[in-house]
Amino acid sequence: MSLPDAKVDTAPRTVGIATKHDSAIRHVCGTAVYVDDIREPEGTLHLAVGGASLAHGRIKSIDLAAVRAAPGVVAVLTAADIPGRNDASPVAGDDPIFAHNTIEFHQQVVFAVAAQTRDAARRAALLGKFEIEPERPLVTVDQALDAGSHILPEYTFVKGEPAAALAASAHRLSGTLRIGGQEHFYLEGQVALAVPGEDDMLVYSSTQHPSELQNIVAHMLNLPAAAVNVEVRRMGGAFGGKESQAAQWAAIAALAAHHTRRPCKIRLDRDDDMSMTGKRHDFRADYTAGFDGDGRITAFDVNLASRCGYSADLSASINDRAMFHADNAYYLPAARIVTKRTKTHTVSNTAFRGFGGPQGMMAGERLIDDIAWSLGLDPLDVRKRNIYGEGRDRTPYGMRVTDNILPELIETLERTSDYRARRREIAAFNAENDYLKRGIALTPVKFGISFTTGHLNQAGALVHVYQDGSVHLNHGGTEMGQGLFVKVAQVVAEEFGIDLENVKITPTSTGKVPNTSPTAASSGSDMNGMAARAAAATIKARLIEFAAAKFAIAPELVSFRDDQVFAGNRVLTFSQLIREAYLARISLSSTGFYRTPKIHWDAARATGHPFFYFAYGTACSEVIIDTLTGEMKVLRVDILHDVGRSLNPAVDIGQIEGGFVQGMGWLTCEELVFDSQGRLLTHAPSTYKIPCASDVPPDFRIALYDGANREDTIYHSKAVGEPPLMLAISVFAAIADAIHALAPGKRVPLDAPATPESILHAIHKVTQH
Amino acid sequence: MRNEIRFLRCGHEVRLDNLNPMLTLLDYLRLQERALGTKEGCAEGDCGACTVVLRKLVDGHLVYQPVNACILLAGQADGSDVIAVDDLADGTLHPVQQAMVEQHGSQCGFCTPGFVMALFALYHAPRRGELERTQVNDWIAGNLCRCTGYRPIVDAALAACAQPAQDQFAAQEPEIARRLATLADGQDVFVGDADRFFAAPASVAALAELYARHPVAVLVAGATDVGLWITKQLRDLAKIIWLGRVRGLDLVRDEPDAVTFGATVTHQDAMAHLAAIDPDLAALMRRFAGRQVRTVGTIGGNIANGSPIGDTPPALIALASTLTLQRGEQTRTLPLEDFFIAYDKQDRQPGEFVRSVRVPKLGANDRFRCYKISKRFDSDISAVMGAFRFTLDRGHIASARVAFGGMAATPRRAGGAEAALLGVALSDQASWSRAFAALESDFSPIDDQRASAQYRRDAARGLLRKALAEVAGAPSAHTRVVDRREDASVAS
Repeated sequence: MSLPDAKVDTAPRTVGIATKHDSAIRHVCGTAVYVDDIREPEGTLHLAVGGASLAHGRIKSIDLAAVRAAPGVVAVLTAADIPGRNDASPVAGDDPIFAHNTIEFHQQVVFAVAAQTRDAARRAALLGKFEIEPERPLVTVDQALDAGSHILPEYTFVKGEPAAALAASAHRLSGTLRIGGQEHFYLEGQVALAVPGEDDMLVYSSTQHPSELQNIVAHMLNLPAAAVNVEVRRMGGAFGGKESQAAQWAAIAALAAHHTRRPCKIRLDRDDDMSMTGKRHDFRADYTAGFDGDGRITAFDVNLASRCGYSADLSASINDRAMFHADNAYYLPAARIVTKRTKTHTVSNTAFRGFGGPQGMMAGERLIDDIAWSLGLDPLDVRKRNIYGEGRDRTPYGMRVTDNILPELIETLERTSDYRARRREIAAFNAENDYLKRGIALTPVKFGISFTTGHLNQAGALVHVYQDGSVHLNHGGTEMGQGLFVKVAQVVAEEFGIDLENVKITPTSTGKVPNTSPTAASSGSDMNGMAARAAAATIKARLIEFAAAKFAIAPELVSFRDDQVFAGNRVLTFSQLIREAYLARISLSSTGFYRTPKIHWDAARATGHPFFYFAYGTACSEVIIDTLTGEMKVLRVDILHDVGRSLNPAVDIGQIEGGFVQGMGWLTCEELVFDSQGRLLTHAPSTYKIPCASDVPPDFRIALYDGANREDTIYHSKAVGEPPLMLAISVFAAIADAIHALAPGKRVPLDAPATPESILHAIHKVTQH
Repeated sequence: MRNEIRFLRCGHEVRLDNLNPMLTLLDYLRLQERALGTKEGCAEGDCGACTVVLRKLVDGHLVYQPVNACILLAGQADGSDVIAVDDLADGTLHPVQQAMVEQHGSQCGFCTPGFVMALFALYHAPRRGELERTQVNDWIAGNLCRCTGYRPIVDAALAACAQPAQDQFAAQEPEIARRLATLADGQDVFVGDADRFFAAPASVAALAELYARHPVAVLVAGATDVGLWITKQLRDLAKIIWLGRVRGLDLVRDEPDAVTFGATVTHQDAMAHLAAIDPDLAALMRRFAGRQVRTVGTIGGNIANGSPIGDTPPALIALASTLTLQRGEQTRTLPLEDFFIAYDKQDRQPGEFVRSVRVPKLGANDRFRCYKISKRFDSDISAVMGAFRFTLDRGHIASARVAFGGMAATPRRAGGAEAALLGVALSDQASWSRAFAALESDFSPIDDQRASAQYRRDAARGLLRKALAEVAGAPSAHTRVVDRREDASVAS
């Protein structure tokens, strides 16, 4: 793979360059500091938590005497020790930091123990004794639906007259698709270090949402938010799993620090992390659709039921986004899209890259395959016939799709991947082979960019310039590996016309930029890039005004480039100008602020313009399956993806590749298994398998679409964090295509994840008479 | 008798004479030495974030072995030069670090130290021609990355290893070899007291004597399972006997009709010998675990551990292997399948240890196949593992040994299927069906997180069909999606 050539001379100088990650050298040397690597202040205590041994019941008694008596133990904490609010939830107030009265999922935290060492704390935590009166747990979506158990009310989009349109359709079909959840498996587990001050609290946390965590700690301790500072330099991966669910652990650390007046650190063991924190929602999609003889959809009626777990967490927005993407890239003349948000006695499911969008999209893509199988058409032709276009551009939620580049993307990839010839070659292979079958699929992605919770679409930044010309950059976004910090630093360096090395990246801190939104929804560089540019532009405007006055020239004649300032026919270095400005008492510090324009949403009427724009992509995947065992291998993947004008092609390609492989894991080898008692059986990497190097397609071709974002985003780039994950739906569709070769004309009831077992099951279904 | 553990760190000799026997090498580095570059990702040897390199003197040569520090006991570092990510750059980046930076091989960076160390070991591994992507994939199968999708990491490996190893570590080799030679004193090691100790006997006799005296002690070979008893189950293992210094227990005797592996032969060292018996065994060993686990995990440990799956036992049982156990000075030998009595129960007396396993080679009329089915191809525990040895006589099966893992509480033979296969004509597919039916009644598998009982039955039948089809002549390019025999090459 080749990166676009580095641009020369003509502006921009820094933006658009495939610059290395700002921490790359520290990563490879092991000197990048994660929370567990911070040198612990003298006297730091270590925490471990005790979780419930069953999934649902009433707490009758808790006996922690043996915990208190264990070697090295300094304090034991329960709900009774919380001075303020016992809640770590993002929205609904229903996530107790420590369970009290009732247990709602297996391993729900009941107490914490603070000890001299982590080992002592972990050993002591095993000694807690609970008496719990068991109640029957609801574990699956089906059980919850049968029991009428919902955590949030259902929500519906309606477009046109779906019932009448269905009745009038030439063809109709119905189906069910089950879509599995996904464990984040960030390599760095949940961790926090709380350091008590004289009347305040400093919390280092691996979190995507420092401001929310600040508020949760403040409410818990009855402190004003201003007395709690949350700092995060970097996370060792997050993927949504540290958006709302880093808070509980930070809160426990802060509570222990509050009581012991000593620094307290908590770092979850991997198995505890996997058992005690939420995952991607699994869904069940039940649908009925009408279509014409060419495969054009006339009506789509889909019920999406998700397992939210025991509390609401972010399930409202996640299910909303599943609805926003059930159309994926296809025009639905009439539609009814319903989500049922079930309550189960399992850990509360949460944000995960794509945020419900991938699950909604899976339903829409399965419909396309169903239509193709029913009519004997190539699924790609059905996709192309249904794609949004002229006069067919209104989504089920009222927003028009005006920036659609998918026809061009699909045509290009169809050609460059050699789709048609390969399909013929695969058909010949399948005709000759009894045991092995190959399949191919080319699928699109259209992903809406903006938080659908409107107020979150704001960001702040803080920029200081010091007397030596060095620039201190701070903003509300957090770095989890996605390259946000280097992208925003590139923007600021560009604004000042200085070398990237002169921009000092600093940890996210609620004390520097307040009231931040989570780094989520792919919005990090869109929003923080704009806010940081605004801050730098404010300082730059002051410098221009100063230079123009000092040298008695028009402000238009002052420019910044290559670490220099050009003022009329004078040239001075950036740091010289800064020094002069300081002496002239010019403010060299500024905040910056950004709010995303053009977005609005009427939730009651389920209509509006919830997204600033859409990001697009398309992927073509080929697989081979073993019909005796259900084993599967991905053979080749071609991707063409739209990132607008890339801020950093190296970072963006990394997001595309990594997102694709993560999505492929979700739909193939990653399987969450709960037993009938609601216990997660796959709570370690020994039993929960994320892709490893050999799972990456041996032939993997990625290209960036060459085109600017039509909206006025930061340098006309596009968000890239989430959309590529959904390119992996092409792998799932290719597997279904391979199974289809065994029984042409039959619909393939393949459920996700497509493990060997799931594939073999679908094979048996289509080959049974 | 020596009463301390000795190893090298950054040119210094570390001596541990007051050692918690359960201390892991990772905790030694992070908590005692405060060398914080090495990360804990899972604490069970599955993610590789904690990878460090043990530089060891083997047959007079230095080898660079990647290991998982999270489940390796600090005592197991005895006699090694321990190299961690913190040690690599000497003012300038090491070539593998430089390549990782240039190829954008890190995103969140948390797995990166482990990858860097795995690639550092690869950089120093003996080279045979140009490195291929598949070889790199195999080398890093024990390292998980959740951000990058691996492509840039593999590119970094190829770039760094395009040049011969020329770094500060290569320059140190004569000096390090000399110092490691002096650490190899051949003495029995015993750190602690009679109630709590880490011991590393140097001879079979010393091992037998010590274990007879302390039959409750835990024998540790690679610690790839025992390590989890410590990090996950928080068991208190007061007495640990490490087998890594026992002279002669790691010998391989490769004879015309059989290979005999001493109990502490590692999977990595056994690979070539097994591969020579059949290419399917090479694939099985490669997929058994990542490099870090294969490097320290042993054939004997995989058997003695008694897992219902095991992965090597079904294949070794199908090959009619025998196991030799020793207690005090007494030894006895039994068919491998008889060792596994029930779930978590083996035919091993207190104080008795695995001495060796003898694996018969294939006769001219023998055909062998083995297959592993798992959710992920590499570094996964199989849902079903099937192994088959058919002895042919003019197109008919004259005798059959069929063994499965994952189908019962122990690795077991399929007696009914074996009987039904007798006399089967390979050319007559209709004659196979009796064996499929018999296989149904051979096992009553269970549902668990790896697969349902129904899938296990279906897959077992599928594997038997596949084995018959292949032995009947179908090329594996038509029967397999991975590990095809036609492109089998002995893995390094």
